[in-house]
Formats: sequence, C-alpha cells, structure tokens
Amino acid sequence: MKTVYEKSAGLTDVPLHYCPGCTHGIIHKLVAESLVELGVLGRAIAVAPVGCAVFAYDYFNCDAQEAAHGRAPAVATGIKRVHPDAIVFTYQGDGDLASIGMAEIVHAAMRGENLTVIFVNNAIYGMTGGQMAPTTLVGQRTTTSPLGRSRSGQGAPLRICEMLATIEATAYVARVSVHTVPRLTAAKRAIKKAFQLQMDNKGFSLVEVLSTCPTNWGLSPVEALRWVEQTMIPVYPLGVYKDLEGGT
Amino acid sequence: MKGNEVIAAAAINAGCRYFFGYPITPQNEIPEYMARELPKVGGVYVQAESEVAAINMVYGAAGAGARVLTSSSSPGISLMQEGISYIAGAELPCVLVNIMRAGPGLGGVQPSQADYFQATKGGGHGDYHVLVLAPANLQEAADLTQSAFDLADRYRNPVMVLADGMIGQLMEPVELLPARPAVDLPPKDWATTGTATSGGRRRVINSLYLYPDQLEQHVHALYAKYAAMEHAEVRYELHQCDDAEVVIVAYGTTSRIARSAIEKCRRLGLRVGLLRPITLYPFPFAAFEQVIARTQAFLVVEMSMGQMLDDVKIAVAGRKPISFYGRTGGIVPTPEEVVKQVQALLGGGP
Repeated sequence: MKTVYEKSAGLTDVPLHYCPGCTHGIIHKLVAESLVELGVLGRAIAVAPVGCAVFAYDYFNCDAQEAAHGRAPAVATGIKRVHPDAIVFTYQGDGDLASIGMAEIVHAAMRGENLTVIFVNNAIYGMTGGQMAPTTLVGQRTTTSPLGRSRSGQGAPLRICEMLATIEATAYVARVSVHTVPRLTAAKRAIKKAFQLQMDNKGFSLVEVLSTCPTNWGLSPVEALRWVEQTMIPVYPLGVYKDLEGGT
Repeated sequence: MKGNEVIAAAAINAGCRYFFGYPITPQNEIPEYMARELPKVGGVYVQAESEVAAINMVYGAAGAGARVLTSSSSPGISLMQEGISYIAGAELPCVLVNIMRAGPGLGGVQPSQADYFQATKGGGHGDYHVLVLAPANLQEAADLTQSAFDLADRYRNPVMVLADGMIGQLMEPVELLPARPAVDLPPKDWATTGTATSGGRRRVINSLYLYPDQLEQHVHALYAKYAAMEHAEVRYELHQCDDAEVVIVAYGTTSRIARSAIEKCRRLGLRVGLLRPITLYPFPFAAFEQVIARTQAFLVVEMSMGQMLDDVKIAVAGRKPISFYGRTGGIVPTPEEVVKQVQALLGGGP
C-alpha cells in the first residue's frame, strides 16, 4: 500500500487535547513539519507557554522547557545563550504573549535574540474559559466583557506584528492564518522562513498565526473559520510586516 | 575587593559562565563585575528587562545545563519569587545572591536581615525550600559562593547566598580558591541540549503535574531531597560557648557585631558565647543541644523585627528563656547596644 499521508516525525504519539475545530493542531503540524524538513528537529528546543498550548512539551518531538505565564521569551533567551547552535522557539498564545508577557516579548525582540516565536492569536483566553484578552475585538463578547469589549475602558486590540516591526533588531515579523488550505500553505512558508533565518543567525523572528476558538467563541468549527476570514482579518491584516532580507 | 565583587569573582572561579540580572542598589558591583569579566572567560552577561525576566532567563539557562547566577536585592528578589518557585519545582540548579536592603516596600538601601522568612520559608508559592547560605565575612562569602554551585548541582535545587549591604560593600583581604575541576557531581543527563545530543531521548523541563497523586508524589520527592540536605548540609559555628551563660544567636553582619560585643562582655567578666548559623535553611537546630545545658538564656540579635527568632524558639522549645534584640529600617546595632542586652540578662557590669 502506498503511504499518501503520515503524521510528522516532529510530533510525538501523545493525543492532542485541543477542542474540536481548534486550529492549534494544524499549527503544531506546520511547526513540526518545518523543523523536520529543515533537518533541525534534533537540535530544536521548544518553550511551551501557559495557556491552551501548555502541553506543547508533550507534543513536539524535541527537547522542551515549560515556562511560567508570559515568560517564554526570557526562558528561550537563557537557553539560546547557552546553546547558540540549538534551534530555540517559543509557542505562545495571545494572553501569554500580548498581555502578561509583553515586556519579555518586546525586550527579546529589542535584543535581537536569535530565536523564533510562534504566536497563536485567537482573540480570547481559551484555557481559562473565554475571558477577554488584549487581542479581543471591539464588540466581541467574552465572559469578562459580557456586553462586548468596549473601546472606552477596555481599549482596542493590540496589534503585535505592527508593534514589533518597529523594533530595529527584529529580522522577520509576519501574520498568517490557517483557515483555508492556501492560507495554511502560506503559513507554513512563513514558519519555515522564520526558522531558516534563525539557522542563518539573522536574529529575532515571529510568526503570528490567527487561530480559532470555536468553544469560547460559541461557534461551530466551520463558522469559526468563517469568523477568522470575515471578522478577524480586517482587524489583523495578514502579511509580512518586517523582513530584513526583503521580499516575502 | 568589595564583598559584592568577591562573590562575583568566586562565582566565575566556580565555573559560572552565565549571569542574568537587573540593576538595584546595593548589589550593583556584582552585575558590573560580571559584565566586565564574563566575556573574558567565554561567558555571557545579559542585562534583563526586569528581575522577572532575569530569573526566567536563569531558568532557561539552568535547564539547558549551565552554571548560572543571578543577584539582586530585596525588592528585586521579591519579583523573582515566581521564577524561584518554578526553578525549585522543575528541580533546576542555580545560585541566587540576595544582598538585603531594608523593607517593606521600596524601604531603604541600608543593610537589613528582614528577608529571612522569605529566604528560608519558601518565598514563592508551593511546598519547596531554597538552600540558604549566610556568610559573615568576605572569605566565607567567597568560599560559600563557590560551594553554592556544587550544592545546587548536587541537589538540583536553587541555592541562595544571603548577605546584606554591609557585607556587599565591605572590604577585607580574601584568598580566592583556585578555579577547580568539578567535584564529583551527578551528570546533567536531564538538561535540554537537543535530542541529537542525547541519543534521541527527549528531555523536558517542567513543574506541571495536573493529577494530584502525581504532584503529591513529586512534592514528596522534593522533600526527600530537603531531608537529605537537613542531614548532610547543616553548617554553623560555635564561638566561646564552652562556659557561656548567655548564648547570642546571630548570622551574617549581626554575628560580627555579636563577636565584638562578646569581647567586651568577657572583659567585664560576663560569660557570653555565639551560636552562628551558616546555613539558614537547613537551620542548625541540633547545634542548640550542644549549648543548652549550660546556657541560662539565649539572646537573638537580628537586623529585623525578629524572624530567625522563630527558628530559635523551635530549637529551644521552651527549655530556656529567649530574649530578642533587633534594629530595623537599615540601622545596624552597635556592640554596646548588644552588651547592654547581655547585662540586662545577667545583671553584671556597670
């Protein structure tokens, strides 16, 4: 029998715990495939966040360290300074990176740490049950913005790529999505490029991946994918925000 | 060399090659020394954006298998407590230096010993301990810093060198131990170095145990380690205790003052000795048994409102009276003040 598809060697056999319709699993796959295809899985060290992806250390088939909430870029800095030849990446959600870990992400970028950040933005706190995040859209209902996020008092979404692109030492900053197959293909290209830049010692790279949260958005998986297209992308435009090498 | 520089130099001699920290008075000579000297030995100094980030960089580097140091002073150590709890939970070796200043809050920059509870009773969340070493002079600061790295590696646990601004700024002659080959320590076969270097076996640094029975088992394993420390690593000094009717209990800077006070007392014919804990955790409870029979009373002297006092109460267990003399806010007690306390206890002298 001919094998037409198989699980990436970059993932372990541990069953993923993600909710049905959540795109974390797809993003894990893209990261794992990228590490394998670039031939660096054996020298990869993952830093897992606090949030839905807290068990990422069980899923990626490489060494890993679990970080405190928001601190993954600092932990990754410590690892990378000790093992400059390792391929070090953090995998962080929007509560982790854009709220409690804002100082760590900005300063890792400022120092031009030669590491890669996979930033999964689903505009909500998933693990804790659907609370408002700094990335929650204006008007979006969450358990802590039951009337919808209000510009007055709760502010408007933080756009991480746009912000980090202004930092001199960032090498690559891009926002992608995985809600359609073509988008998914482009997302993998961006992730691979980010790792390639780290392999070439070009400095800090971040790929923001728009992700779904059907459970806490109160939508079916298909509706959630549509919500990304119609509601999230207008607020979080896809594209390359910084590329030291030019091009995409 | 100042005390702070002695600690930094001893760390490098111990094989420490990574330092992550954030400026705060009165310990700045440590990061400054490391920024200057670490690159010369192939090491790395990173000035973090905060103490919160610094301790997490320490976590990453320790998990990657390095000998790593951070230093700070009281408010900065408070900020590090989350990370220290994670480091203890994940069983990572590292050395922390706290050059204490007066609190609470922003407090002041003068010497203090008011972080005793924080250092010895956990500090962050959860069931854990940090091994705490309290040098009283610069030679000891050098020697204890050097052995702190070995202790950290042996027990896979954070070790804190706890001193204060007085010791940090003090100048005394010191002989640094030569950079020595690593003592007989277990291999770091748990460190994340990439699976290509470990025969394909995945290594994970983690403190998350969602199943209560697994977490309880993990905490029991930590406590078995602490029991081993309590058995093997207790250090203390007895000074002129053989005939002492009053035993002063003091560590670090206040033990130096106690020593001067004891000299003065002896000249007045007062029989006074010193019990000086060198490890604050594990606390030298058993040392009290050596002096308790002859002692009429204990006098605890601290630069705090009485924190080590609680451990002395546990050690003495109501068998003899305990007095306390403390100054706080950054005030260092004088030997004369301590002599007066002894006189009040023994009724001797003018």
